[in-house]
Amino acid sequence: MKVNHTGPLEYSTEQNNLNILGFWIFIGAEIMLFATLFASYFTLVDRTAGGPTGAEIFEITPVLIETILLLTSSFTIGLAVHAMRLANKKAMLTFFAITLLLGLAFLGVEIYEFVHYVHVGAGLGTSAFTAILLTTLGTHGAHVTFGLFWGIFIMMQIKKRGLTPQTANKSFIFSLYWHFLDVVWIFIFSFVYLKGMM
Amino acid sequence: MKKKWALLSMMFFTISVLAGCDLLVLDPKGPQAERQASDIFLSMGIMSFIVLVVFGILIYMLVKYRASKQSEDYNPPHVEGNKYVEAIIVIIPVIIVTFLSFVSVKSNYIVESTPAGYEDREPLVIYASSSDWKWHFSYPEEDIETVNYLYIPTNRPLEFKLYSHGPITSFWIPQLGGQKYAMSDMVTTLHLAADEPGELMGRNANFSGKGFAENTFNVNVVTPMDFEEWVDEVKQTAEPLTEEKFAELLEPGHLGQLTFSSTHLEFAPPPEGENGGHHHGSSSEEEAEMEHEDETKNEHTDSSEHHH
Amino acid sequence: MEFFERFAIPHPSPLIYASMVAIGLTVIAIIAGLTYFKKWGYLWREWLTTVDHKRIGIMYLFSALLMLFRGGVDAIMMRAQLAVPENTFLDAQHYNEVFTTHGVVMIIFMAMPFIMALMNFVVPLQIGARDVAFPRLNALSFWLFFMGAMLFNVSFVIGGSPDAGWTSYFPLAGNDLSTSVGTNYYMIAIQIAGLGTLMTGINFIATIFKMRAPGMTLMKMPMFTWASLITNVIIVFAFPVLTVALAMGTFDRLFGTHFFATTNGGMDMLWANLFWIWGHPEVYILILPAFGIYSEIIPTFAGRNLYGYKSMVFSMVIISLLSFLVWAHHFFTMGQGAFANSIFSITTMAIAVPTGIKIFNWLFTLWKGKIRITTPMLYSMLFIPIFTIGGVTGVMLGMSAADYQYHNTMFLVAHFHLVIIPGVVFAMLAGLTYWWPKMFGFMLNERLGKWAAWLVASGTIVAFFPMFISGLDGQARRMYTYSESTGFGIWNMLSFVGAGILAIGFVLIVYNIYYSTRYASRDIPADPWNARSLEWATPSPTPAYNFAITPEVDSRDAFWNAKRSKKSLFKGGYKDIHMPNNSGGPIIMSAIFFVLGFALIFSLWTVAIIAAVGIAGCLIYRSFEQDHGYHITADELKEMEDNNGGAK
Repeated sequence: MKVNHTGPLEYSTEQNNLNILGFWIFIGAEIMLFATLFASYFTLVDRTAGGPTGAEIFEITPVLIETILLLTSSFTIGLAVHAMRLANKKAMLTFFAITLLLGLAFLGVEIYEFVHYVHVGAGLGTSAFTAILLTTLGTHGAHVTFGLFWGIFIMMQIKKRGLTPQTANKSFIFSLYWHFLDVVWIFIFSFVYLKGMM
Repeated sequence: MKKKWALLSMMFFTISVLAGCDLLVLDPKGPQAERQASDIFLSMGIMSFIVLVVFGILIYMLVKYRASKQSEDYNPPHVEGNKYVEAIIVIIPVIIVTFLSFVSVKSNYIVESTPAGYEDREPLVIYASSSDWKWHFSYPEEDIETVNYLYIPTNRPLEFKLYSHGPITSFWIPQLGGQKYAMSDMVTTLHLAADEPGELMGRNANFSGKGFAENTFNVNVVTPMDFEEWVDEVKQTAEPLTEEKFAELLEPGHLGQLTFSSTHLEFAPPPEGENGGHHHGSSSEEEAEMEHEDETKNEHTDSSEHHH
Repeated sequence: MEFFERFAIPHPSPLIYASMVAIGLTVIAIIAGLTYFKKWGYLWREWLTTVDHKRIGIMYLFSALLMLFRGGVDAIMMRAQLAVPENTFLDAQHYNEVFTTHGVVMIIFMAMPFIMALMNFVVPLQIGARDVAFPRLNALSFWLFFMGAMLFNVSFVIGGSPDAGWTSYFPLAGNDLSTSVGTNYYMIAIQIAGLGTLMTGINFIATIFKMRAPGMTLMKMPMFTWASLITNVIIVFAFPVLTVALAMGTFDRLFGTHFFATTNGGMDMLWANLFWIWGHPEVYILILPAFGIYSEIIPTFAGRNLYGYKSMVFSMVIISLLSFLVWAHHFFTMGQGAFANSIFSITTMAIAVPTGIKIFNWLFTLWKGKIRITTPMLYSMLFIPIFTIGGVTGVMLGMSAADYQYHNTMFLVAHFHLVIIPGVVFAMLAGLTYWWPKMFGFMLNERLGKWAAWLVASGTIVAFFPMFISGLDGQARRMYTYSESTGFGIWNMLSFVGAGILAIGFVLIVYNIYYSTRYASRDIPADPWNARSLEWATPSPTPAYNFAITPEVDSRDAFWNAKRSKKSLFKGGYKDIHMPNNSGGPIIMSAIFFVLGFALIFSLWTVAIIAAVGIAGCLIYRSFEQDHGYHITADELKEMEDNNGGAK
């Protein structure tokens, strides 16, 4: 395996470059996925069929907490990649761990939020609106959940194998994924919650 | 080479068959179908020209540049392309498409409004709703309803209000004009008119399950006077349509032709205006319901009005 | 007992029982044969676990041919049923199942793997690469597709086939109106296969962008590679829409949501919109690679370079953009009004312009050429006239007001078959014949091949031209029967005859494969067609590592120019080659996907959860796995190259 030492570690092999490009393309597909969900959401948002509307069930506090948690985690994963580029394994793992903990907290609040929705009678089957709301949020939440597991496995590999071209590559790609989820959340926050509460 | 000629003659055969005009779509009995048929002939003519050009070039190339006709040591040249040739093959199709686009846009507005020449006459409104696998025709003004057959007068614009009690269907009387979907949560409008009396075929054109093939209806086009007579006769002889009877009619299956002296529109209103969007959810939260209805009202006037 | 009832076919007939027995016997025969000839190990090591793009391509190819026959039998049954008025060969329910599975199988499980087959086999070779960017992912793509296809076909014998049309419009496809599990199969099998397709899209974009031979700039790529690149871009942007639509449909059917229902605020038109936002680009996902194949074959057998290379590329880019802007032409009749229809009518007809450019460029490629009519060229020359007719009728359908008359009729059916069959099927058969020697090291018989081409082409014409007429006469599509008084009888009988001719053509193709496998000479040159692109610079069949030395390219037809100037594309000596290891991961994980899909279809939640955990386990294993591949040393390489004649 040819290793190019001039650039950052995550770009140091040909396969690493391919992986990163491939992941960017994957993010392109993910954008379409969420765009379709958003388009469906806007189509169905008024179809409450006698069930609750967004304004009636959205609670600002948990949503704000979720937003702060996820935005912060996006920042800390950035710090982790920065530490990785400085070859500071310990700092990198620390920031990585903080990121995942913030993600976990986000997920906790989101689960609370879902329980709340079901509690106030906004379940999957209530109306087209509640279905698309829970599906859109749930798809994002599932991505976060997947990311938590993935992140833990990457951390374990870094711990065991050190910062190699492979683990650096995985971490960098993970950070792209995590930033992407943050961007999606900003859209959800603005166009689902804020617009819904207005 | 024979093949090419076979193809060509086949095409001419096709066009001459079509020009024979015993095909329903090309044998219009109303202004909308006429417009559509003339669009079809027009586009068919232009497209035949394109097909002939392509066939001509292909045959020329194949005849002229076959390896068997060339010397052993002939080496084809490297030809990059030619600005002018490529400009021509862009510009001519663009001109054709632009022309057809004009025709298409114009026709769109024509088929989506009251038929030409009928604008000053009072339209006959008929609600045509489908259920598995029948058509219910309600005449709100006359207050009568039929199943699986239509009586319509000549010389009067017809406004069909389409919706469905089940899957998406498509209301189609080929000789009066093209089809339009009937769906369960909105009402679509199809503007037709009939020029001459006669008996026409109508059907659901959109696949809707097991009984789809037989989902047809008869269209009796009669003079306005005969139409009035028929309405009077129905009013005198037919039973009114009760809610129970209507529920029974909606059961999946096939029925013959039925006639009633009242419509289902009062007790089972069509999904337009405040009934649009179908809310079968709990109505306990009345406020939300009201609010929602206002929104869908706007939405549906938007989508069912075709003349912006 | 109640538990098992769900697996029964809700609507059985002797035909289905007979097929069940036939399928059962075939499976037993295959298993027995493999065991008797002790081929399990070979199959596992060389094929099931392979990550070689060429072998994956070949597996795609055989799956596609298999599915072609499944879909073809459906087609024959439909045409037989409609051949005469009031026929009772199939009843309404069976007919509905047959045309539904015909559509799904032909589009998703025949045409898609066919293009995947040729893309997989050819693209890395054409760009001078050793493999695709992610060989393991490529294997996963194939196996997901394969398991999706198998799962879909299981519907035939367990639980019942889908019956709501390949478009599966709601509310007809909802639980209330489509009560069997058939539509569950549709939603989930296509979802699984679609995941594989999406991965292929990512894989090939990365491959084409990053792994081209030195000197091969984008504008020096072979046209098939260009077509594949654009196709895969469309895949990446279109398939997620299908993913969401299918997920929502699955939720409606399994979890009680009301996305597309007529109650609780659901919106049936949303499905139609989402379906076609994917569905129309899908048409171009199929046709663009086919265009690419013709753009390889026509220059080869005209003995000349492709005319108007730049406009060919440009027109494909335009087509790919327009393909996302025309979806509503599939339902001009939905009542969105004259304005919306006008917009979509114009965008639809606009596609004729770039498509026309391509047709004319192919024609001008023949100009001053030296045309050899071989089987692939014959298909290409038959493609142009038939596709033109199919294409111009598409323009006619694009005129939205007139479309009110064509929509849902046999006219439409004639149109799309006359585009898809010459466009995709002829191209695939042409490509199959063209690249066959590269895949297997021998050529298909030309005489049989040409016979088959003529039969397939005339069958297509006879089968589908009459539909234009019966459509204009008011025959709606998807009708399982019609009365004699309609006068449709003669046209449908003609179609049936045409379908028969097509069938004979396809049987002849299979016979040709058998015949040539047995009798064709194995002693063929690496470049038997005197072709132009890099794949022909490798020996036939191509070794696992493709190119012993990475070629260097300086022009569009580098291989052609090198042949004529007697220069070598391969500079420098042998170096060690890094190769990826085979892996059982993709097939195992896809098999678990199959189980998950099956469990979801029948709402077997425990099994579904176990399968989901299994999939997660595969992913975790993959995450921790350290697979550095292996190396072919320069010495080994030299030995192998000397044996097979070496790269020239």
